[in-house]
Amino acid sequence: MNGVKAWRRTPESRVYDSASLRVPFIHELTELGRYRFLLRHLVLRDLKVRYKRSVLGFLWAMVNPLLTMVVLLVVFIGLFRFDVEHYPIYILAGLLLWNLFARGTSMAMRAVIDNAGIRNKIYVPASVFVAAAIGSAFVNLLFALAPLLALAVITGVRPNLAWFYLPVPILQTTLLAFGTGVLIAALAVFFADMIDIYEVLLGAYFYLTPIIYPVTILPDQLMKLERFNLLFAFIDGFRSPLVLGTIPDLGGVLLTTLAALAVTIVGWTLFTRLLDQFAYRA
Amino acid sequence: MRSSSDNAVIRLTDVSVQYRVPTEQIGTLKEHVIRMLQGRRVEYRTFWALNGLDLDVRRGESLGIIGRNGAGKSTLLKVIARVLRPTRGRVWVKGNVAPLIELGAGFHPELTGRENVFLNGAMLGFSQAQMKERFDRIVEFAELGPFIDAALRSYSSGMVMRLGFAVATEVDPDILIIDEVLAVGDESFQAKCMTRMAEFRERGTTILFVSHALESVRATCDRAVWIDEGQLKIAGTVVQVIDAYRSHMAHPPTVGAGPSTA
Repeated sequence: MNGVKAWRRTPESRVYDSASLRVPFIHELTELGRYRFLLRHLVLRDLKVRYKRSVLGFLWAMVNPLLTMVVLLVVFIGLFRFDVEHYPIYILAGLLLWNLFARGTSMAMRAVIDNAGIRNKIYVPASVFVAAAIGSAFVNLLFALAPLLALAVITGVRPNLAWFYLPVPILQTTLLAFGTGVLIAALAVFFADMIDIYEVLLGAYFYLTPIIYPVTILPDQLMKLERFNLLFAFIDGFRSPLVLGTIPDLGGVLLTTLAALAVTIVGWTLFTRLLDQFAYRA
Repeated sequence: MRSSSDNAVIRLTDVSVQYRVPTEQIGTLKEHVIRMLQGRRVEYRTFWALNGLDLDVRRGESLGIIGRNGAGKSTLLKVIARVLRPTRGRVWVKGNVAPLIELGAGFHPELTGRENVFLNGAMLGFSQAQMKERFDRIVEFAELGPFIDAALRSYSSGMVMRLGFAVATEVDPDILIIDEVLAVGDESFQAKCMTRMAEFRERGTTILFVSHALESVRATCDRAVWIDEGQLKIAGTVVQVIDAYRSHMAHPPTVGAGPSTA
């Protein structure tokens, strides 16, 4: 076979030594960087698998917000009347960011378990699968962004410079989702009911966060508590520039970003500490 | 000790893997919390899948690994493939390790063969460009032709196996792991696989071959090890080890426990 001679050896011949000292926190981070190609492929796989067998294909990611919008218009505008400017856009924007968090973390939670098949055969850093889950939720959000902005303009929101701030809350939410994702992914390996527990918590969290209703309808005590709700801070930081053209103050942005980072550091610490035990649990 | 140890690509020193199996079924957080409230501790039964195993594999060697189901062969491969960190002992491996990938593991049924090749390559640590270089040869070797752009769920098991073999061997690993998968596929393809394995041996690729088909082990490997109850029973030339294993199976000294899953 002449193919044989054409083969090229990969440049790096790595040495693996199970006895070498590593700091899991750092090591897994460098491994995640080394497997960025796989990360990209896993995100693509997710998107392809989700939309492949549908007629509209990737358009679904864009059509979805439109359909959601119609439902919201019928249900919420007809049934509830909150005094919110551009209410449909208000809800839709909130839902999109919520979906980034909710879908991202739900998929991330299963990531380690679902890929046990491959992880039992080849060494792949486990965090890649978590990152891919968040990544695919992130890309889905990006798809929905264009229709959101279009709908905003159509329904009478005036485009303004504050829109340039919109990536910030998206990235903040992504960070929070990743931190939460690694945390619960690690727990789900050890506790089979984690998945059910999380779905219930997620459902409660949805209604406790002012997404489909304005924060002003909450009683005083609850409204004060919302200050500690990171996701609400990000959703608010997404909606205000979009609908009202206002940008949150820098101090608050920094503080909430640091809080999301803290969640991520806690999650990553737990995840990387338990990493070696994952393979011992089927 | 073995000579020319500088040439070692795999070295296991006193490697043990201990699994802890809870004596009662407690897999949920709820049950853990209930237990904590009751002040009871979870009790575990421990079992050693590998127990103080020493093994050196030299560069270019084809090592057959034989033993009963549940003897620890798969655990051994996992430890070498870096999938499982040993509970005790040291694992040292030099070079890229590539296993053959089966459906359900690295392959996704909804994706096309083409997409799966790139995904698989990425899982083995290869970039898009590196896989592009290899892609045509992979398709050629797998004999898939136009089916490479069909979804994998429409493939026969033989086609999937061929694709898996083609990917694993075209990525040119330093160490190739083959775990009981070559049974599928028609004879001509099996012959092709054997030819390729021979090429690998010539080129100095290290091969770890796990199989219950002792004849394929004999045909493929120079050395063999017989693993039993997590320990190295015998290591030697493939003929020696297979003969010892055969005579043991024909006249077992004691009635062993029922076979468990590997």
